[in-house]
Amino acid sequence: MVHVTIVEPVTVIATESLSKRFPRVTALDRLSVDVGPGVTGLVGANGAGKSTLIKILLGLSPASEGRAEVLGLDVATKGAAIRERVGYMPEHDCLPPDVSATEFVVHMARMSGLPPTAARERTADTLRHVGLYEERYRPIGGYSTGMKQRVKLAQALVHDPQLVFLDEPTNGLDPVGRDEMLGLIRRIHTDFGISVLVTSHLLGELERTCDHVVIIDGGKLLRSSSTTDFTQTTTTIAVEVTDTDEHPDGTRAMREALHARGVSVEAGSGLPGAGHILLLTAQGEETYDLVRDLVADLGLGLVRMEQRRHHISEVFTSEDEQRKEAAVHGG
Amino acid sequence: MAVEQPMPTAPGDQTRIHNIGYRNYDGPRLGRSYATRSLYSQSLRGAYGLGRSIKSKVLPMLLFVVMCVPAAIMVAVAVATKAKDLPVDYTRYAIIMQAVISLYVASQAPQSVSRDLRFKTVPLYFSRPIETADYVRAKFAALASALFILTAAPLIVLYVGALLAKLDFADQTKGFGQGLVSVALLSLLFAGIGLVIASVTPRRGFGIAAVIAVLTISYGAVSTLQAIADAQGSSSAVPWIGLFSPVTLIDGVQSAFLGASSAFPGAVGPTHAEGVVYVLVVLGLIAAAYGLLLRRYKKVGL
Repeated sequence: MVHVTIVEPVTVIATESLSKRFPRVTALDRLSVDVGPGVTGLVGANGAGKSTLIKILLGLSPASEGRAEVLGLDVATKGAAIRERVGYMPEHDCLPPDVSATEFVVHMARMSGLPPTAARERTADTLRHVGLYEERYRPIGGYSTGMKQRVKLAQALVHDPQLVFLDEPTNGLDPVGRDEMLGLIRRIHTDFGISVLVTSHLLGELERTCDHVVIIDGGKLLRSSSTTDFTQTTTTIAVEVTDTDEHPDGTRAMREALHARGVSVEAGSGLPGAGHILLLTAQGEETYDLVRDLVADLGLGLVRMEQRRHHISEVFTSEDEQRKEAAVHGG
Repeated sequence: MAVEQPMPTAPGDQTRIHNIGYRNYDGPRLGRSYATRSLYSQSLRGAYGLGRSIKSKVLPMLLFVVMCVPAAIMVAVAVATKAKDLPVDYTRYAIIMQAVISLYVASQAPQSVSRDLRFKTVPLYFSRPIETADYVRAKFAALASALFILTAAPLIVLYVGALLAKLDFADQTKGFGQGLVSVALLSLLFAGIGLVIASVTPRRGFGIAAVIAVLTISYGAVSTLQAIADAQGSSSAVPWIGLFSPVTLIDGVQSAFLGASSAFPGAVGPTHAEGVVYVLVVLGLIAAAYGLLLRRYKKVGL
């Protein structure tokens, strides 16, 4: 008996100096990036080349230069095979108003090659998983934006793809709808085992959802790393201590003690309880030990010591500024 | 042989039925040609309002009935009066009913393609295995088939009626066959023209108006010109003028090759040589429509 082990591919998307030039604009400029399984965020301002990249990866638009592979298949020659294994949720509205969600998704499942019975079963399953119940028999025209987004997501998932491209799935949603959509995107990977490439121009929402973030700007790769990399390499520790009789201003005593040990400290301005919180950059495990020892030596009470995770947006901004500076200095 | 003990059911077993976790799909994926056929059947059903709202069933069904009723009446008259021949030739029927056919094309061609453009559903198709050409072929074939059903159904009524009236079997079968070939050509030509016009506009209203305008105005203009030419004695120009409207094109083809009596003024159809030109123009127009649709959808893409 032959056992076939299906090994998850190490990279689901790989591009190699991929360029796309239009007569007047360069949409992608020698983009080389590898994307592994999991949820990957593709971040960039409007017009950064996100949608162009998705079109090329679906094998619908030939690249001007370079090559790309999706699930190990070359986009230039294996477009149809890729599109059979991949789902796509467009950014814009794409639903006819006069049919029900069920009819529409069944039709789309058949367009993906599912036999009629399987198309019906998968449609019922998928609509339930994205959170559409009784309303799925009503015409789509009467749905709220959130429900329409769910139908769009369902049609991308109905054929059980190995990878889905979600183009700005949170667009136009209110904060609650946005959170629900992000939760759903997370589940697509954790519960359904489908890898996700999700685009957004909002960095904050990707931090919570994605394992990996790729930032492109002007068609160029700005940065590609895991979300934990983004937030851990620059960990800031927030420390708050109590005052004692010996040290009437405990915060000040702590700051001086840290200064004496060569740790740079800044007051947590702009944060709640600002004056009482010290922010220090963690150099590693020893910083935590140092804080513990100093607090004990001074006989202060430690109210809190917590990680202040940097937001991806801060990283993005600083990267962007660095790049601009480099351009200025270089030029 | 051991007595089988009833297996005690574990209390947890029943909950398995309600397990609504995600299930992967391991079944067959039937690929491009299946998807194209699915799109074809969905579009064909849609052309008669099936699988759509009741409102969208009204017009196509009504036009279908309007197409068939005169045929039924003719048959009834032929049977009752024991006539020796049907009052209308098989090939002539579609020409007489051309207004109904034009109305049908005008209402259903935009339904078939403008909706996908207007609601931007097209990218969802092209993000799946089918290619541009598959989409165009499925839509073209679906509308042509819908038109063939519309135009061939009354011919079947006539044929069955003719056999019931015990008219000459060989004669009737020949006429019926010629009629079928003629409406098949007509279906392809009208479907092509209708789809090209409809695919240019996402607005359904414009599409309907434009298709009606092209089909009826061209016929009106051409037959007027033909009448004038005939009245002024230059009847040799009549067949050449007929090349410029879809209805007269079909009329010309069938009077040259399918034994039809021409509806041209003076009932003078094109000669065989002229008929060859007619056939070439019809086939050329069908091919051109297909080519234009391909070009149109290459652009639409995602």
